[in-house]
Amino acid sequence: MKSSPPTAARASLILCHACHLLVQAKSLPPGCKARCPRCGAKVYLRKPNSLARTWALTLAALILYIPANVLPVMTVVSLGHSEPDTILSGVKELIAANMWPIALLVFFASITVPVLKLISLTYLLLSVRLKSRWRPRDRTVLYRITEAVGRWSMIDIFMISILVALVRLGNIATIEAGPGAIAFASVVVITMFAAMSFDPRLIWDVVDNAEHEVP
Amino acid sequence: MANSEESLLACHDCDLLVRKPRLRTREKVVCSRCGAVLYSHKPDSVGRALNFSLASLIVFVLANAYPLLAFKLQGQVQLCDLISGVKELYRQGYWELAVLVFSVSILTPFLKITSLLYVLLPLRFNRRPWRLAYVFRCVETLHPWAMTEVFLLGIIVAIVKLRDIAIIVTGVGLYSFVALIVLMAAADAALEPHDIWEQVEVER
Repeated sequence: MKSSPPTAARASLILCHACHLLVQAKSLPPGCKARCPRCGAKVYLRKPNSLARTWALTLAALILYIPANVLPVMTVVSLGHSEPDTILSGVKELIAANMWPIALLVFFASITVPVLKLISLTYLLLSVRLKSRWRPRDRTVLYRITEAVGRWSMIDIFMISILVALVRLGNIATIEAGPGAIAFASVVVITMFAAMSFDPRLIWDVVDNAEHEVP
Repeated sequence: MANSEESLLACHDCDLLVRKPRLRTREKVVCSRCGAVLYSHKPDSVGRALNFSLASLIVFVLANAYPLLAFKLQGQVQLCDLISGVKELYRQGYWELAVLVFSVSILTPFLKITSLLYVLLPLRFNRRPWRLAYVFRCVETLHPWAMTEVFLLGIIVAIVKLRDIAIIVTGVGLYSFVALIVLMAAADAALEPHDIWEQVEVER
């Protein structure tokens, strides 16, 4: 018991996630509708249903990831000839055109980031589920990276919105968005929500409780 | 609430309780267990964030008023504004994408700048704006959804892709957009949210 570090939960304090005020748990009315006395946000000891919500969103993203990569994200129509582009073929084209720095950027943002996000969310969920005590600090850093990096996957969607606006030359060349873009944008938005609904303090609760049990 | 609790900080990532030390200029408190930044001392946080936000609003208007790019091919010229992509996606029937792109590239940055101004401008003159806590909570919620810097990379990739096919001319809108990203980032860097929250009185 002596070795266990002081946490807010153990001191019966709840941190308001909006304004970072420490609220005394016993001063709040029982039930789930407790609000922060300073900013009025709902306060919870831990994010509500964190694991179930994060699992649901991660699985939804995982399923949508298939159409996001199989369906075309845009189609180039030039002189009656149309050429659909998927996320991956867009990167291949950039490599073929020897635009390495941009190819690497798009590869990183559109392929590496979503895949790593899905893997790391699944890993974090499993590690909490299996009550892992392995390197909690590194897992917290992994969580922070997962949360921060997600928005960068939107590069492809923004690129498409610029391309469809610029290339509107009637018969000569037009670019149309494709259904894959909707699936891909959904993956990005859903994984952002998934990362937001995961509570990294759950990683530490496992560690703290273990220390509590074994003095 | 007792004084002892006001000098405590809890880590939002690992729940560790940390005593809040007296900070000197530009020092910060880092969680000793997981490394999260809990609080940093920023000089004249409100005043500097206000200046950057005012400047952001000006370049935001410019970025929307002038064309970003022009595309020239075989004598035809196509101009592109910040909103053009949204309109074209909508016209092609992809209204979901149009709504998303509009929200994260135009609406959210605009709401973020204006609500930040709503909070900071009165505070700068020692007045407390109406519903300060609610508005500032919105600012923090909007934060991850303002994707101006990601949008810029999207523009750059589009330019690179079209470079060999046609002539691309960059416009005033694009330069204003770059300035917008820099100024919004500067406002974020200058602001310490704790300084705002301390202005909100605790209801008892």
